[in-house]
Amino acid sequence: MKKIEINPMTRLEGHGKIAIFLDDSGNVDEAFFQVVEFRGFEKFLVGLPIEEVPRTVSTICGVCRGVHFTAAMKASDGVYGVQPTRVARKLRELFFNAHYVEDHAVILYALGLPDFVVGPSAPAAERNVVGLINAVGAEIGREVLKKRGYAVKIFEMLGGKPNHPVAAIPGGWSKTLNEMEREQIEGWAHELIDLSKLTLKVFGDVILSNPGYMELVTGDMYKVPVNYMGSVDENNMVALYDGTQKVVGVGGEELYSYNGMEYIDYISERVLPWTYLKMPYLKKMGWKDIIDGDGTSLYSVGPLARFNVADGLSTPLANEEFKTFFKTFGTKPVHNIMGYHWARAIEMLHCSENILKLARDPEITSDDARAPLGEVTGEGVGIIEAPRGTLIHHYNTDDQGIVTDANIVVATTHNKGPINLAVRKAAKHFIKDGNVDDGILNHVEMAFRPYDLCLGCATHAVKPGSSPVEINIYDSSKELKQSLKNF
Amino acid sequence: MAEKIKLGFLLLGGCAGCEMSVVDLSEKLVDTLEHVEIAFWAPTVADVKYDDLENMEDNAIDVAFIDGMIRLDEHVHMAKIMRKKAKILIAYGVCSALGGTAGLGSLHDKEELFEKAFKNTPTTDNPDGVYPQPECLVDGKYDLTLPKYQDKVRLLGQVVDVDYNIGGCPPHYSHVEAAITALVTGQLPPKGSYITNGKAVCDVCERNPVNKEGDNRTMMYRVLRTVDGVPENDTCLLLQGYVCFGPMTQGDCGASCLHVNTPCRGCGGPLPGVEDYGAQAISSIGSILKDETVTAQLKEKYPNLSKFFYRYSLPSGILPKKM
Repeated sequence: MKKIEINPMTRLEGHGKIAIFLDDSGNVDEAFFQVVEFRGFEKFLVGLPIEEVPRTVSTICGVCRGVHFTAAMKASDGVYGVQPTRVARKLRELFFNAHYVEDHAVILYALGLPDFVVGPSAPAAERNVVGLINAVGAEIGREVLKKRGYAVKIFEMLGGKPNHPVAAIPGGWSKTLNEMEREQIEGWAHELIDLSKLTLKVFGDVILSNPGYMELVTGDMYKVPVNYMGSVDENNMVALYDGTQKVVGVGGEELYSYNGMEYIDYISERVLPWTYLKMPYLKKMGWKDIIDGDGTSLYSVGPLARFNVADGLSTPLANEEFKTFFKTFGTKPVHNIMGYHWARAIEMLHCSENILKLARDPEITSDDARAPLGEVTGEGVGIIEAPRGTLIHHYNTDDQGIVTDANIVVATTHNKGPINLAVRKAAKHFIKDGNVDDGILNHVEMAFRPYDLCLGCATHAVKPGSSPVEINIYDSSKELKQSLKNF
Repeated sequence: MAEKIKLGFLLLGGCAGCEMSVVDLSEKLVDTLEHVEIAFWAPTVADVKYDDLENMEDNAIDVAFIDGMIRLDEHVHMAKIMRKKAKILIAYGVCSALGGTAGLGSLHDKEELFEKAFKNTPTTDNPDGVYPQPECLVDGKYDLTLPKYQDKVRLLGQVVDVDYNIGGCPPHYSHVEAAITALVTGQLPPKGSYITNGKAVCDVCERNPVNKEGDNRTMMYRVLRTVDGVPENDTCLLLQGYVCFGPMTQGDCGASCLHVNTPCRGCGGPLPGVEDYGAQAISSIGSILKDETVTAQLKEKYPNLSKFFYRYSLPSGILPKKM
């Protein structure tokens, strides 16, 4: 059996490879998406004060630079038994929406769109953001980067650093805005709305009006029917910073919804010997192996999943695009994974509208950004919708708020199964009779890019908790009196 | 126009935040591309594979940036290859220069890490008790390999010769701009040093009483965590009792954390001449604690001092990695 290895997978955050096995006639027998890194994050968070965790755990990923920070901050609210003040919550949301815009923009322009703008089979050396700038012209390139930069500036102004922010406080936010800063953000918000509209136009002009590309968008080679998980608000609209987690089935039927600590009843992560990344599935259905369609217990998260579980987006311009999205596919849920890219562009607009709304909120310049802390409860769960999907941080602490245990379930981890399915399907579709070249292999890689992989995130791995320790207590006559074990 | 400088970027055990710091140059990135050519940027940005790098001629890349720490045999292998292909090699960002936050992983051994991750969490399902394997035959016919996990985290300079370091988690985009200018114009410091403005966070901090005319710095009379009370906005955090690593950290960030009323935790790396950041931090902070009561308070507030002072630099320290 012949083995083809794509190493490393490129235009993603982190390290992965794809192994494809061909049978004797040169057709694909099987394909594997392997994650080849493992760091060990949660273990060393043990011993840190919980308020130091958001800025530390942020370094799990520098592309989704605001998400681990935000989820851990929400968990720290729980540890101190406190809800953020209204102003703090708005500042957090302003910050978080700015992160969404800059992150979605990077993913689209640097990682996803080069395949379409430069071309899926263009020379490898050109299929990147530099090639994209060359293709659209330096002027447009400069404009896009400049406008995206405004989102980074909002992020930095509120979070303290342009990456790996520091302003989290349980029940609050360490930075308040003055009127001058507010005005500046309002001005930038208009630029971000422009950028989002431009992005949707590029998407429309380059992809949606190109029959060849539409075949990829709507065709079976990039179709992965699984269950979907995402967060919704009380009106069943997409919720990013805070909401209820909802799961729909392959046919779109609502299966479950849960909140906070209940996540443990709905998610299991299967360990596989050939990858450092565990493969989650819906716990109540049980492990069914790596299969799609009816009967699968695998589920996807991220922009497409959020669209599939919700009724719409809470801002007017983006909600119109949401309707167009489903009208174009003519079905819900949409299982075509290229829909991820499109949904991402629509969410960019949604978040830009949110930024403008928050920047105009009369309360946003108030100083009331820190709630008085309650007693340490010793446990907190923070669940958010990261740009890549549902993200769960769970901490236990001692009575001083020093971390004793942590569990982190990451967006890209949820998508591990569906990505493996997508890669297998694309490999089987595009590799025929032993014909393989760089362009064909890039079509296989195009199957993971919609999921916007963050393997750094996914391989934070190492869960802490106590080290296995056995303490034997002997009495003066060396008789074993008591044995204390924590395992 | 002079010939473009050929740049290479390689992500090892990091988070790609360093690479984002280059993207965050925003429109200046387009101007930068007039002076530089991207010869290799993987896995994050360009479709170049490891084979492409291995097949390049030696010294084909003028300046290579490596971000992330060293934890896998594959990291060591790729670092060595990049060293051969690059005339100048830069440890870019605090993980590569000092080990970074992930360097704290060295406080725990491999078995401990694997057991927790792959057996003992509330959401883990591992009926056969298997760990990821360097080599694995799936279904008796699919032969799959994974890079080997090494015992400790190392920094780039412990694996290959490094010409320059750049601190920051990640470096601030304004510092990236300054560093690229230094490279393009050839105005570089002596080999082996950091590319930095050489100032401490305190030197560029508006709260520093020394920077305010007529004020003096006094000893810390108490130690607070950031959840204790609300720090005053314009006053030095150390003077208020909040431990801040500003005195011993490179200030190429412009004292960014202080802008949001939050203390520095040392991601910029040590000031020129300092080998062991954490040891320097302990002795500097220790020397400004007013008396033994305050010292006791520090230990009480931050029970794990090694994870506090070595937040970004444990693998570079002389401290034993596991007691």
